[in-house]
Amino acid sequence: MKPIIEVKDIGKQYKITHERGRYVALRDVIATIMRKPFAFLADKAKRATGLTKKEEFWALKGVNFSIQKGEVVGIIGHNGAGKSTLLKILSQITPPTEGEIVLRGRVGSLLEVGTGFHPELTGRENIFLNGAILGMKRNEMATKFDQIVEFAGIEKFLDTPVKYYSSGMYVRLAFSVAAHMESDILLIDEVLAVGDAEFQKKCLGKMDEITKTDGRTIIFTSHNLAAIRELCSKTILLEAGHVKNFGPTEEVITEYQNLLKESSSTDLRKETRRRGNGSIRLTGFATENTSNEHTLISGERATFVLSYECAHPEKITTVDVGISIHKNGVPIATMYSSYVKKEFHTIAHSGEFRFLTDNLPLAEGVYGIGVRVLADGTEADWPQTEISQIEVRNPREYTKKGYRTHPGSAIIVQGTWEHEPTV
Amino acid sequence: MVVMSTTIVIKPKKIFHWSDLKELWHYRELLYFFSWRDLKVRYKQTAIGAGWAIFQPLITMVVFTVFFGTLAKIPSDGVPYPIFVYVGLLFWQFFSSALGDTSNALIANQSIITKVYFPRLILPVSAVITKLVDFFIASLILLGLMFYYGYTPHLGGLILLPLLLIIAFMAAVGTGLSLAAINVKYRDVRYALPFFIQILLFVTPVIYPASIAGEYSKYLAINPMMGVIQNARATLLGTMPINWTLIGISALTSAILLLIGIYVFKKVERYFADIA
Repeated sequence: MKPIIEVKDIGKQYKITHERGRYVALRDVIATIMRKPFAFLADKAKRATGLTKKEEFWALKGVNFSIQKGEVVGIIGHNGAGKSTLLKILSQITPPTEGEIVLRGRVGSLLEVGTGFHPELTGRENIFLNGAILGMKRNEMATKFDQIVEFAGIEKFLDTPVKYYSSGMYVRLAFSVAAHMESDILLIDEVLAVGDAEFQKKCLGKMDEITKTDGRTIIFTSHNLAAIRELCSKTILLEAGHVKNFGPTEEVITEYQNLLKESSSTDLRKETRRRGNGSIRLTGFATENTSNEHTLISGERATFVLSYECAHPEKITTVDVGISIHKNGVPIATMYSSYVKKEFHTIAHSGEFRFLTDNLPLAEGVYGIGVRVLADGTEADWPQTEISQIEVRNPREYTKKGYRTHPGSAIIVQGTWEHEPTV
Repeated sequence: MVVMSTTIVIKPKKIFHWSDLKELWHYRELLYFFSWRDLKVRYKQTAIGAGWAIFQPLITMVVFTVFFGTLAKIPSDGVPYPIFVYVGLLFWQFFSSALGDTSNALIANQSIITKVYFPRLILPVSAVITKLVDFFIASLILLGLMFYYGYTPHLGGLILLPLLLIIAFMAAVGTGLSLAAINVKYRDVRYALPFFIQILLFVTPVIYPASIAGEYSKYLAINPMMGVIQNARATLLGTMPINWTLIGISALTSAILLLIGIYVFKKVERYFADIA
C-alpha cells in the first residue's frame, strides 16, 4: 500500500531583511526612492542580476519521509528546528520553496486551539464557524454536533458567548471540534500544552481512539516528551531543518535528550544572525548545576556562563550584560546586570560573565535562552533571538515524594498549603 | 474503511492554476460562514443592529439634502434632491464600504491565515457579500422614498439593476483585492485608504449629476461607479434614457480592475502566511 504521506526533498527558504522590523512601510520605500533615486535603481539592478544576494535562511532543507496510514508520528526538536514550518507546509498554509508532498487523504490541521473562534459568538455558533474553517461540511457538523458538545462538556453554556468561557472550557470546545473532524490525516501542533492535566489525558485518549478505531493518521509536535512517548509509535527528530532521525519513539527521544545535553554548551562564534556594533562578541553559552552537569534542577543552584571576546577592552568603560529565558517563544524572565546595579568596568580580551542563582524557579521543561551585551550604553552584540535551549528537571525528591508540576507551566512557586475553616 | 478519494499534492506554488477555481467551489460553505459571522457579530455588537445599515445612508441623505440640495442648490436632473442623492448614496456606500472591507480583509483575519489553509480569496469576497446584505436593507428606504415621491421605475429597467450591482461588485472587489495585497506588504497603506475613498466620492456623480460636467462628463466614464450610478438613476427615476455605451464602458473597466486584482492577489497570496 502506498504511504498516506510522502514528503520528498522538501525545502523552505525565508529571506531575512535586517534591521527593518517586520513590516515595510510604503512611506519609507517612497522616501528612499525620492531621496536617492539612483542608489535605489542601482540596488534593484544588482539584486535582479544577482550581484547582491538577500540573506537567505533555510528553515527546512532536504526533508524526506513517508508515513503509513494509521501511524501516529511525533515530531520533536529544538525551537527553530523547523517543526512548525513543516506542519505549516503539510497543512498548505505556506508553500514549500522546493520539493513535493503527496497526501493521500483529507487533511485536518490543529495548529492552534480555537482558530477563528469569535468571542462575541456563542459556543454553538463557534462550533459551526470553527468547523467550517477547519474544512468540515455542514451536514457533517450537524451529525457530529452532539458528540462535540458532549466531549467538550459545555452543554450548559452552549448559548453563551465564548468570551465568557473559562480558558479551560474554551480549549475543550476547540479541541473537541477538531477531534471530531472526519479527516484522514490530522496535524497537531503543541496544542496540548494548554488545558488542565485531566483534559490533556482525555485528548490523548481521544487521539489514541481515532487512530485505532478509525485508522486515522496523526502527526503531532510537542515539547512534552511524555505525551510523545505515550501516543506515538514513531518519531521524527528535526535538527536545524533536517531530519536527524526517524524511527521508533524511544530511540529518537534518547537521541534528542543526548542532543539537549550537548547543546547546553553553545558555540556562538558561527552565528551569523546578530545585531550590534561588535565591540564585544559573545562566543559561547553554557549552564552548570551543583554537580557540574548541564541539566538544571528546579529549586537548586544554577549558573549561566556567557563567554566573550573583545578586540579593544581598553576602549570600553562599562559593560551591561543580559540573559533572557523564554518559554514557547515568550520571554518569561530577563536578567540584565544593570537591573541589579552591577556594571563591569574592566574587561579582558576574552573571559566569562556568570549569572548565579541559588534557587532556580523554573518548572520542569525546555526553555529557550537569549543573550545580549551592551558596551557604554550601545548594543555591542545580540545574537538573534534564541541561541540555546536548556532543560530543567524536577528535583529527585519531588519524584520520591510523588509531587508533580503542572504541565505547560513555567514557574514553580514554592510554598505550603493550609486550611482554616470559618467559624 | 475510508476510501481515499482525495490526493493532495503540495508543490512550490504557481500564480494561477485552473484547479484553484475548483477549490474555491469546494470551499463555498466557508464563504457563507465568514459572511454569516461578520453579519452576526456586527448585529450583536451594535445596539441598533440591522438599523445601522439604514441609519447611515438615511442620515447622510438628510445632511446632503439640507446642505447640497437646499442650501447650495446643486441641480438634480429635475428629480427631488433627496431621492436623487439617495440612489447615488445607496450604490456609493455599497462600493466604498465593500472596498474598505476587502482591502482590510487579510489583515483583519491574520490570525486565521497563519493557522489554517483555505483559498484566501474567500476572505475579501465574503466581506463584500456582507455589504451586499446592507445594500438590500438600505434599499427599503429607497422604496419608501419612491412611493412618497410617486416614482415607478421602468419595468424593463429593473432587470438592469442586478447588472449594475454586478459591475459595482466587480469594481469594489477588483480594487479591493489589489489593495488587500499591497496592505499585507506595506502596512501603512490602510491609513491612506479612507482619504482615497473620500476623494473618489467627489469625482463620482453621487451628490451632483454628471451633466454639470458638461462635455467633460465623458471623461468621468472611466470611473465605473459613474456608469452604475447614472444608469441606476435612469432606471429608477427616469432622469434620462438608459445609456448602454456607458454601461459597456463601466463593465469593461470593472472587469479589467477585477482581473488585475485577482492577479495581484494571487501573486502575493503565496507568501501571506510568511509575512503576516
